[in-house]
Amino acid sequence: MTDTITPLPESETPGEDPPSKEGRRRLRGAGVGLVVPVLALALWEVGALVGVVSTRLIPPPSQIGATLVDLAVDGDLWTHSLATTLRVLAGFVLGAVGGTILGAATGVSERFQSLFDPALQALRNIPSIAWTPLFILWFGIFETSKVLMIALGVFFPVYLTFSGAIATVDRGLVEVGRAYGFSSARLIRRILFPASLPTYVIGLRNGLGLGWMFVVAAEFLGASEGLGYLLVDGQQTGRPAIIISAIFMFALLGKVTDRLLTSVGVRFTYWQDGFTRRGATA
Amino acid sequence: MIELTGVSKRYPSGHLAVSGIDLRVERHEIVALIGPSGCGKSTILRLVAGLDQPTAGQAQVAGHRVEGPDRSAGIVFQQPRLMPWLTVGRNVAFGLDPVDGTPTATSEVIDRVGLGAFADALPRELSGGMAQRVAIARALVTKPPVLLLDEPFSALDAFTRIDLQTHLLEVWEWYQPTTLLVTHDIDEALVLADRVIVLGGTPGPIRADITVDLLRPRSRSDPEFHRLQDLAMGELGRSRQAYQPM
Repeated sequence: MTDTITPLPESETPGEDPPSKEGRRRLRGAGVGLVVPVLALALWEVGALVGVVSTRLIPPPSQIGATLVDLAVDGDLWTHSLATTLRVLAGFVLGAVGGTILGAATGVSERFQSLFDPALQALRNIPSIAWTPLFILWFGIFETSKVLMIALGVFFPVYLTFSGAIATVDRGLVEVGRAYGFSSARLIRRILFPASLPTYVIGLRNGLGLGWMFVVAAEFLGASEGLGYLLVDGQQTGRPAIIISAIFMFALLGKVTDRLLTSVGVRFTYWQDGFTRRGATA
Repeated sequence: MIELTGVSKRYPSGHLAVSGIDLRVERHEIVALIGPSGCGKSTILRLVAGLDQPTAGQAQVAGHRVEGPDRSAGIVFQQPRLMPWLTVGRNVAFGLDPVDGTPTATSEVIDRVGLGAFADALPRELSGGMAQRVAIARALVTKPPVLLLDEPFSALDAFTRIDLQTHLLEVWEWYQPTTLLVTHDIDEALVLADRVIVLGGTPGPIRADITVDLLRPRSRSDPEFHRLQDLAMGELGRSRQAYQPM
């Protein structure tokens, strides 16, 4: 069986046709979006130059840029970014796999739903960061506890959205499968999963976002490398430029990984007849 | 080909949807079921399709008791219910086993419904009428002996509806499947069916079994067509009076 979802050839991915008017319009849209940040940065820089802003606490953009370059030249930037990214990826994969499996089970089967969902909903109401001390006791302060913390953060949004998406698939479509005498496995594979994919991708994106949030919490609690460590280090040594550089790297990496995830997702959800696709890709 | 004997359906909620229906549809016949809402016409179709089970009596298709959905009947619903992620071709082949096993059957039936140029289109690119044609093609791709139509054109505008009625008859000529059509449109029933069965209210027995002895394609301005319209309307009116419980 070759179908279920027919991936679109790369060249046909919607929204990637630069020679068109549409492409130019999008470029201009991106340009407009840059006006406010650039203006704010310029004001900040000027404020520091004139002395309105204290450079000791709020270093100007030029100084942050220089710090970033220094860190990059040292190699520290890469070491810390890589350590953090690997933690997020490991936690994301673990949490997403768990969320997908349990989400699929509870979405498809009412028995699983009534068995697992109440317990999971109760656990969800505990702020996941509250688990940290326990995780450190159980798994030590090294990688295991960190990755598991992140996985926990990723798990819930993936679980909730996938389970909900499957449970709310149009009954009319499911009935088409039933009219053909599809087995449950076939109903799931041919109808329930593909129909839930767009919402599932949104769940994965939420999960990834939370993964980046949780990695900071995990790295605050004792790490010798990682962007979270860099944050703490900058605070303890009184170097705000380091802190802001680390924040900048979080923003950059978060955006890049989200973009990667969406560009994969869009190739499987291009068939959606939505009001606009920008919400899904931007 | 289709035979219902003493069929009743009571839902677990206690609601009685169909009560003591006896109905025979001969091979290659087109029979329309009309009646006020609540008369159980759609439920009867679902029982024949095997999507529901009767609580009394039995439904038979091709001499076998219907025990669940099987390949002896193709069904078209009021909404096209196409899988939005699949192309027209793959939607038509959706129920085929194995999926890519019989591409010729798929392209043949797509050509028959006049959508040969749209085999690679996605459902969102189709008009309502085109989407319903795809649904018809999907129901017929395995050439099931029975075709079940559940208010197939009632969500379409008047012009598209008339267009698709004509088109359905052309497609039906392909192998003349035994057809059971549920509709609330008397004209539609009279244009398409060999027999029009009027059901009573909430739910009731069969009130009238009208044979439409007119050659196809039928003209709505034919005096006999008008006579049958009045006849069906009269029966429907009476069943509607019976439907008023107060």
